[in-house]
Amino acid sequence: MFSLIPNKTNIDFVGKRYIGFALSALLVLTGFYAMFLLATGQAKLGVDFGGGANLTVILKQPVEVQQLRKALGDAFQAADIQRVESGAIYLIRMRVPSGEAKDLDPIVQAVKDSVAKNLSPNTVVEGSVEFVGPAVQRQLWQSAAWAIAVSMLCILAYIAFRFDFRFGIGALIATLHDVLAVLGIMVVFRFEFSLLVVTALLTLAGYSLTDTVVVFDRIRENLKARRTEPMGKVVNDSINETLSRTINTSMATMVTVVVLFFYGGAVVHSFSLALILGIIVGTYSSIFVASPVVVEWNLRSPAKR
Amino acid sequence: MVKRWVVIVTVALTLGSLYKLYPGWFRGDFSAGLTPALNLGLDLQGGTYLKYEVEVDQIPKDDNGKPKVDPREAVDRAIEIMRNRVDGMGLKEPLIQREGDRYVVVQLPGDKDPDRTQRTIGATAQLAFKLVSDAYKTTDYLDSAGNTRAPLPEGVELLHDRKTGEPMLVESRLLMTGDMLSDARVDFSSNQFGQPTIAFELTKDGEGLFASITEENVGRRLAIVLDGSVQSAPVIKGRIGGGRGIIEGQFTVDDAKDLALVLRSGALPAPLKVVNKYVVGPTLGADTIRSGFLAALFGTLAVLAYIGFYYRVSGLIADVALVFNLVFLLGALAGFGATLTLPGIAGIVLTMGMSVDSNVIIFERIREELKLGKTVRAAVDAGYLHAFWTIFDSHVTSLITALVLFQFGTGPIKGFAVTLSLGVSISMFTALFVSKAIFDARRASDNLSI
Repeated sequence: MFSLIPNKTNIDFVGKRYIGFALSALLVLTGFYAMFLLATGQAKLGVDFGGGANLTVILKQPVEVQQLRKALGDAFQAADIQRVESGAIYLIRMRVPSGEAKDLDPIVQAVKDSVAKNLSPNTVVEGSVEFVGPAVQRQLWQSAAWAIAVSMLCILAYIAFRFDFRFGIGALIATLHDVLAVLGIMVVFRFEFSLLVVTALLTLAGYSLTDTVVVFDRIRENLKARRTEPMGKVVNDSINETLSRTINTSMATMVTVVVLFFYGGAVVHSFSLALILGIIVGTYSSIFVASPVVVEWNLRSPAKR
Repeated sequence: MVKRWVVIVTVALTLGSLYKLYPGWFRGDFSAGLTPALNLGLDLQGGTYLKYEVEVDQIPKDDNGKPKVDPREAVDRAIEIMRNRVDGMGLKEPLIQREGDRYVVVQLPGDKDPDRTQRTIGATAQLAFKLVSDAYKTTDYLDSAGNTRAPLPEGVELLHDRKTGEPMLVESRLLMTGDMLSDARVDFSSNQFGQPTIAFELTKDGEGLFASITEENVGRRLAIVLDGSVQSAPVIKGRIGGGRGIIEGQFTVDDAKDLALVLRSGALPAPLKVVNKYVVGPTLGADTIRSGFLAALFGTLAVLAYIGFYYRVSGLIADVALVFNLVFLLGALAGFGATLTLPGIAGIVLTMGMSVDSNVIIFERIREELKLGKTVRAAVDAGYLHAFWTIFDSHVTSLITALVLFQFGTGPIKGFAVTLSLGVSISMFTALFVSKAIFDARRASDNLSI
């Protein structure tokens, strides 16, 4: 039998819960700070939320990003130029002066001309464009906010329906904790906040419950069998018993997301990064947040068992 | 005992999926090879996505200041006209639909010349016939740089030639509009150098009107104005009856074709503004397919290898279930005619992982039951039984978010939501029932490699 985690662990997770609470508080605060940055327009936004244009140009021969930047000249100084790892494909992200789609054609033409002139005999083989105007941008913010609110409410309703009240609150706090932590890390470390990142956040909100439930099921089972023992001890034993499952449960998804991160291309890069972070934080929270919250609550006002 | 319904459903789904993915195979046609019959999104096959706002506040107003066309109707009419133009350009499988109260989304997969497409679809095509002013000279009102240096006289406006940009003073009075046109075609015969021109035909009303306009203004120049710039301004040589005319200009053949199409399909009731645009070239699309395919392939292989290594024979059983999951998922995508996008592929890969995670939950439970000293059969049954609700809970919440994303997402995100929700649902069946059936089918033995 192959196993990553030793058979019998006896780590005092519940006793040391304040360390976890402190770290989680920090993560959650980062999340709120990220929301503040988003609300005040200080976060790095993708074109879908921030407006502007993404140009993707494919050159005949690969050049260094610096060379391309120099060739494009002053008009593109503020643009964000990135080379896609797999060849002569470059992403150029920039604001469009007046926010009108018709201003794009001269920009594309300028790129073609500059490359033909300054990097001769290299030429632009193909140019692709993504433009998001102010009206669509507003709509996106709205629908993203709706999507987050609606899915959170639905998950809350489901958890309330499936679990006893206190476990439900524990699971809910863990879910919110995961989403806020990942949002915080992504925004504070200035990864581009795009619709795909929102998608990743929602996906991991749905996924976050996976390993929390593993622990909760065991706690409920053990609580029934060991009525006389203190709850803290029962919960701690349950966490230890399921440690291997909790950690292994997310491993396969982790493997696929890591592959996506490395091979999925530039478009899904921040998407898969958010999911990687989400799985790590989710596993952590099912051990250090979800169950200790239930214990803490019970210590303060014991529930009938 | 192997549950009979699981076997029946599995066989039926497998055949159904293969039939949807490779319809050719069932007719004895293997030319498609292993390429499945899936719709590819614009990000994968290249093409143009345009979202237009119909600027309803710019609909011409009547004397009471009310729009001449009801805004809702204007959007419908715009869609119909755009559809005619798209059809006229011979683009395959176009998708044109209304979104909200004044937005129109146009999706053109495989569009080779996005700039030209955009010009043609989005042209307002307001055609106006006006007289070039002979009472005032351009030079009196413009300096050499083309800036106005004196206020223009009453009833006269400044327009520019579409090609040369040459300024022209034109009487504001509208003699006739494009509404009077009944047809417009490219014509090579009327120009002595064989250059393309546009031959137009007028309606009955237009015929009479045009005849009287030309009769009254012999010797003057008639400006043919399209969307605010002068297309051509020929001198009227005499009365033109018969309701036919020619628009000259230094057209290329493509320009002439597009212009004829635009005139034929009629003017849009209000100008269009591009609010969202997404153009992907075929090379970039092919590159995206490649990275998507690689990610899917490596992701699936990595998961297969991981679980096979970790849980040995039991892991291989999970692998078999996973392959079924993949086949059913692709089959469902083909069956529903869903569109595959790059995020959609990410959704498939993600589902593979989630599905195997379900098996991990089951197998870890079986290991525990074995440690308690249960027999293999009892341990397997208990493992599946206890893990059921755990897996159910996490899948339901994943499904909730996927459905919400489907409701709110657009384009690529919708593709992700579709694959995720289908994948999550299907994996419930394969991870819980198909793998269990394989366990049940094995001879009862006292060894289980897990």
